[in-house]
Amino acid sequence: MADVTMLDAINMGLRTEMAADSNVVLLGEDIGVNGGVFRATAGLQNTFGKQRVIDTPLSETLIAGMAIGMAAEGLKPVVEIQFMGFIYATFDQIINHASRLRNRTRGRLTCPLVLRAPFGGGIHAPEHHSESTEALLAHIPGLRVVIPSSPSRAYGLLLAAIRDPDPVIFLEPKRIYRMFKQQVQDNAEALPLDVCFVLTEGTDVTLVSWGAMIHETLAAAEQLATNGINAEVIDVATIKPLDMNTILESVAKTGHCVIVHEAAKTCGVGAEIAAQLAEQGLMSLFAPVERVTGFDTVMPLFKLEQKYMPSVVRIIAAVTRSLKNA
Amino acid sequence: MLDYEGNLLDTNIPDIANNQQQLIKLYQSMVSTRLFDKKATLLQRRGQLGTYSSSLGQEAIGATIGCLMHDEDVLFNYYREYAAQFMRGVKMSEILLYWGGNEQGMNFQKARHDFPICIPIASQVPQAVGAAYAMQLRKQQRVAVCVLGDGATSKGDFYEAINAAGIWNLPIIFVINNNRWAISLPQDKQTHAQTLAQKAIAAGIAGEQVDGNDTIALYCRLKKALEKARSGAGATIIEALTYRLCDHTTADDASHYRNQQEVQENWHYEPIQRLKYYLIKQGYWSNADEEKLYSQSQEKVETAVKEYLNTPEQSPESMFDYLYETLPDTLVEQRNSIMVKEPK
Repeated sequence: MADVTMLDAINMGLRTEMAADSNVVLLGEDIGVNGGVFRATAGLQNTFGKQRVIDTPLSETLIAGMAIGMAAEGLKPVVEIQFMGFIYATFDQIINHASRLRNRTRGRLTCPLVLRAPFGGGIHAPEHHSESTEALLAHIPGLRVVIPSSPSRAYGLLLAAIRDPDPVIFLEPKRIYRMFKQQVQDNAEALPLDVCFVLTEGTDVTLVSWGAMIHETLAAAEQLATNGINAEVIDVATIKPLDMNTILESVAKTGHCVIVHEAAKTCGVGAEIAAQLAEQGLMSLFAPVERVTGFDTVMPLFKLEQKYMPSVVRIIAAVTRSLKNA
Repeated sequence: MLDYEGNLLDTNIPDIANNQQQLIKLYQSMVSTRLFDKKATLLQRRGQLGTYSSSLGQEAIGATIGCLMHDEDVLFNYYREYAAQFMRGVKMSEILLYWGGNEQGMNFQKARHDFPICIPIASQVPQAVGAAYAMQLRKQQRVAVCVLGDGATSKGDFYEAINAAGIWNLPIIFVINNNRWAISLPQDKQTHAQTLAQKAIAAGIAGEQVDGNDTIALYCRLKKALEKARSGAGATIIEALTYRLCDHTTADDASHYRNQQEVQENWHYEPIQRLKYYLIKQGYWSNADEEKLYSQSQEKVETAVKEYLNTPEQSPESMFDYLYETLPDTLVEQRNSIMVKEPK
């Protein structure tokens, strides 16, 4: 058992799976000699060699396309895109090919790749480095979109993503890469995909979030508890496909739901959760669903980024509004 | 190497020029592909097929690629080199199923590693690089063969891919079918480069131009590039010059943008008659052979059409059945809903 950051946990997961499965290869920009701009792949090229930990030229379209060709040939490529702001160059490959290769060939060719990218704001990064655009990918049939929120879930979910026989977009909330440490056992045990994790149980309100915002959501839940409000906090973790059952069960118990995400509000994943609650959970609700999200604006440069991102104060205000309708 | 009347111009005669069996195989493939094209276009006009892209006038490129590739190689094809696919065992009925709107047409029963036809231009090129990388990593004696059109060489995917093929010295060949027209855009508006082959220079790999309507020249150059890739000596771009005698697809009318006289002139250079003249001059081919070939090929095409038309439609729930290896729980309800029979 080691006390590790999320970055350490990702590195540990990659190392463990590369040692266990010679088909796993890593490719991306600056991931080999340099160990990645965030050091997620540090030391792996030394252990597994230049052929399996591939420093690619600066070509995101190439990287994504290559991973598809490799995956169809039976390798298990794990791609790193340096920042989510540079992921859009891969969309032709991911949307037109990776997500549908199994379907269009009726299972003849498959695409077991993982595409990792750090995302989200809060680290004073330059322009184009701080957006949260996970909903773009969650819209695409055939993909899985997975977002860890702690070192242990990063380790377990990453192993699951690499072992999954279909393409997985693995988005890493970089604000919490080094924020806190956690005991993680390097036991090669994966966590399940396609399910939410209930982080704290409660009876008064359901707080639904994922990624770095889990941190603020848990902090809000703690403050609410001091006022005698018991919040149930759900980490969605896999935003595509979405495990609504866990959310519906919770809302059936609490009657109140606040969704928290860093991404812009309109057509965010919160909109999908709210829509499904309206379809399947309306009778459980005592109050309208609240969304605490980033604004429908361009992600500001870092001087204003804290104003953009949902805060504990905004989450508590939303919970208070919701509970007024009790 | 061959002039338009089928005379061998080169004094240094390559082996293939005297290989009757192989030349006839190539000729048969080209003829049956042309008959297939004609039939597919007809089916589209009759409403029995969706949009179809013909390979009329460009058959030598596909036939030669298909003839020279090994079974274990992998083909990354765009939407014209049917002759290559047929040579590799893809069924004519599968191609018809694809253009007829049935995904089963991409579930090839042979050539199981080959990628299906690629529609988004040049996106198959990085994928081919990935496959070639996997082959090299596993020390396999295999080659990735990537075919693309002239328009594709203007896309970033192409540059990114050839650049990487050079860096890693990959077992890959890029065959550019330069049929002079990318839908309505002629080559001089596609690029100011004198040739497309010269784009290889920027990637530090070999590049050469060949007459894509000259089967013997094509065969020599492709064979050399394939052997080079297989031996670990790296990538080659081969620009095969040909001409699109057809419209872009059945949804296109090239008379809007292309001079009909240019098309007529190019019929003079098309690959099938050129090879036929040569075969006859060599004494490899007779009128009787020709008649037999046409009737047999026509029969093959008709059999494929029957197979295509008699293939049962897929069930609606098949939309869900190949989306993931295991259908996520969240999609079970959607799948069930499509299986409910609507009331009459």
